Amino acid sequence: MSDSNDYAVTLKGVSFKRGSRSIFNNVDIRIPRGKVTGIMGPSGCGKTTLLRLIAAQLRPESGEVWVNGHNLPQLSRSELFEMRKEMGVLFQSGALFTDLDVFENVAFPLRVHTKLPDEMVRDIVLMKLQAVGLRGAIDLMPDELSGGMKRRVALARAIALDPQILMYDEPFVGQDPIAMGVLVRLIRLLNDALGITSIVVSHDLAETASIADYLYVVGDGQVLGEGTPEDLMNSKNPRVTQFMKGLPDGPVPFHFPAPDYRNDLLGRR
Amino acid sequence: MHKRSLFEQVGLLGRAAIDVIEALGRSALFLMHATFGRSGAGGGFQLLVKQIHSIGVLSLPIIVVSGLFIGMVLALQGYNILVSYGSEQAVGQLVALTLLRELGPVVTGLLFAGRAGSALTAEIGNMKSTEQLSSLEMIGVDPLKYIIAPRLWAGFLSMPLLAAIFNVVGIWGAAMVAVDWLGVYDGSFWASMQSSVDLYDDVVNGAIKSIAFAFVVTWIAVFQGYDCEPTSEGIGRATTRTVVYASLAVLGLDFILTALMFGDN
Repeated sequence: MSDSNDYAVTLKGVSFKRGSRSIFNNVDIRIPRGKVTGIMGPSGCGKTTLLRLIAAQLRPESGEVWVNGHNLPQLSRSELFEMRKEMGVLFQSGALFTDLDVFENVAFPLRVHTKLPDEMVRDIVLMKLQAVGLRGAIDLMPDELSGGMKRRVALARAIALDPQILMYDEPFVGQDPIAMGVLVRLIRLLNDALGITSIVVSHDLAETASIADYLYVVGDGQVLGEGTPEDLMNSKNPRVTQFMKGLPDGPVPFHFPAPDYRNDLLGRR
Repeated sequence: MHKRSLFEQVGLLGRAAIDVIEALGRSALFLMHATFGRSGAGGGFQLLVKQIHSIGVLSLPIIVVSGLFIGMVLALQGYNILVSYGSEQAVGQLVALTLLRELGPVVTGLLFAGRAGSALTAEIGNMKSTEQLSSLEMIGVDPLKYIIAPRLWAGFLSMPLLAAIFNVVGIWGAAMVAVDWLGVYDGSFWASMQSSVDLYDDVVNGAIKSIAFAFVVTWIAVFQGYDCEPTSEGIGRATTRTVVYASLAVLGLDFILTALMFGDN
């Protein structure tokens, strides 16, 4: 019981495959409640897959995914949709509905899941947009927004129903320094102000480490290391060290596996 | 180049067969989930009206123009053959039966696959690649019911109506050519049509065909969009697959339905 109180999300022995390729092999992860947890790792290591497993958009081959006391793989389709009201996800592209303006995008979850009168929906939307600094963009269409603004509107939409868990999929990718600074600040601010649990999946080390209370480094289908950012910076695990210090060569080699260089040049392949 | 052994070739064939059966099973489950049950997000009727506009109303120009020209060509070709037997007054009968039984449903089905089917696949594929479908799921709204179902129903309802419009415009185009241009007596033109067209054999059977084509074309189009690889290449390939599969399905199904409806005449 205390486990489910202390941890918003718990993955127990989760394995996942794409075709014959194993993405995760018997992974255990616990996301502390009310904290910002970063999940880091090199590109293509399955970070976004992990997020989709937590959001139950993918089913694990084996293992359990507990979110707020529910084992998601065991829920029915309708129970799952009900459960997802407790979660919000900020997708990498923002994923705004392109046929709706900013106001209607943020109002969408409220219109779908509540019977609030229009005036109240409007007030809530204005408050959410004010929180992300885009109240002035209420009438714009998604194609009139910059990449950073799209993510902020998507963030306002993700918090429209006051979720308990907010997940961010590569929130800093392709952002200019100002937009990145705004997002870093917003993630921490929303986590503390709303008392939610935040999971940030990213390979942007400095930004994620600057706001995360706890970090996981994943790679090779496993958790390579976990702890506070300081713990991981001082880790003795060479894979973790290479990632945290951004070293070009190490356990993850600079060179893609290839035949002997000399033989290759001499045509003796 | 690695030469495959017989065992490997048999294995690949088996793999391909399993893939096809798997895709058929997925698409059947997809259709069942999307067709039955409410959207849960409300506004179902408005969503349906919006989709009927984008799928049906926006397909009208191509249907009307094609129907007009096909009717005109049928009348011209039919007249040229029938006049040599002194039976040019039967051109009305020829045009009406050809359009109602075959060309109306089939050509509308093919045009619908090219215009509305490809647009549906591209639209849904684009929603998938920009994570709008995932986003709906995370908001707690089932995209099968909110995005797919209104498009499916709009396709089911629109295409038979488009086929009916195609027939009417085609017959009108034929009358313009045969009566106004080639000088067929208008009484004979319309009387031969009236006496030969049977409500059940021709009109109802033609309508059944167009409903069957609507079902198949829309199903293929939305499934290809939903199931596509979420990249620009994936969307392009899915759009091509929609047009190819839907066109082949229309032509194949037309033969089966024609054999069932008119085979024992």
